[in-house]
Amino acid sequence: MEQLIIPAIIAITIAFFSVYGLTPFVIRALEKRNITVVDLNKKENTMVARPGGLSIIVGIESSLIILYIFFPISEILAVILTTFFAFIVGIIDDRKTMGGWFKPLALAFCAAPILLLGAYDSNLAFPLFGTVQIPLLYMALVVFIIPIMGNTINSIDVLNGVASGFITIASFSLSICLFILQNYEVGIVCLCLAFSSLAFYKYHKFPSKIFPGDSGAITFGVAYGGIAIIGGVEVISAIAILPAIINSFLFLSSVKKIVEHREIKNPTSHTDDWKLQSTSENHAPITLVRLLIAKKPLTEKQIGYEIFKLGIFSGILAIITAFMMGVTI
Amino acid sequence: MSLPIFSFIFTMWVLIIIGGGLMVVFIGPLSFSGDAQLDPLINSAVKVLLSMALIFIWVVALLKIKNWIFGKIANS
Repeated sequence: MEQLIIPAIIAITIAFFSVYGLTPFVIRALEKRNITVVDLNKKENTMVARPGGLSIIVGIESSLIILYIFFPISEILAVILTTFFAFIVGIIDDRKTMGGWFKPLALAFCAAPILLLGAYDSNLAFPLFGTVQIPLLYMALVVFIIPIMGNTINSIDVLNGVASGFITIASFSLSICLFILQNYEVGIVCLCLAFSSLAFYKYHKFPSKIFPGDSGAITFGVAYGGIAIIGGVEVISAIAILPAIINSFLFLSSVKKIVEHREIKNPTSHTDDWKLQSTSENHAPITLVRLLIAKKPLTEKQIGYEIFKLGIFSGILAIITAFMMGVTI
Repeated sequence: MSLPIFSFIFTMWVLIIIGGGLMVVFIGPLSFSGDAQLDPLINSAVKVLLSMALIFIWVVALLKIKNWIFGKIANS
């Protein structure tokens, strides 16, 4: 345990400060080249730099490479490669809007390093009841988990600070769970993700100076999914991001097909005092944000905090589940 | 506070634990023997089908609960 502390501190420091230091340069570079988008939820025509995936991937990859030098285990290498491939998919989607099926299919291929390096345990662990051995089914599950996690986090990237703030909460909760389960190396990997996203949140929070874009949000989601697989905490990781899963579930159950999020009708509109309210448009999809403002209009900042409260609640449920893993009925 | 959404998350959590229990207790131990070469494949295929049926039931249950919970929001 003691020999993990110094590498952990070095990796976490690199994860945080590389994103914290690099993001202002990325913002300036994007603004200089006019690579900006309109922030639709601001009264003034505010232009925001997008995408910020570059600083996120540098933060995650540099910290994990340092960690890999200390602990050369295939699990860390698998997350490094999978996350990098996912970032490439995200960058392609940022530069050229691809069809609804592009991302899930391309991200499924990103799971290849995990499978090829054998960086997984085919026992699926459940709380209270123990584990179930599903060797062949688990390989299919790996191919599903990566695109689902990537798209789930990407789909919650709708308001200032939500994606980075939410993944910060979820990855800190997952780190605690991994430490409870005494999976220390993977716990440190998860802390690297948590600190990278925390540093990015500084610039992404309301009012955003940069948006993560598909490259950033997918990188967050896939790194999280990869950590869930190599740590053998698939169920716990899903519990920690239940609000995002609910968002995807509500969206799919109302739209009933997989579409690019830019193709859909906006489920919200603005009041005179520029709060967000649920749209009266019948064909607009039901989303988590739409439900949060169903009763009364809220400001963008208030909605973000409501989503964070849900994230903290799910994180607590995930930690309770981690404790339940040690108990068998 | 978005109480119905918190309730929905809690319900999903309970359903995940119950579904996991069903996987471990019933689907996991399932084993069919016959052709030794095909056994692992048949076992996995049956487990896949049963797991998918379980997921289908899970999604239907969630849809019902979602409609009930959010119907309450709409009516309030």
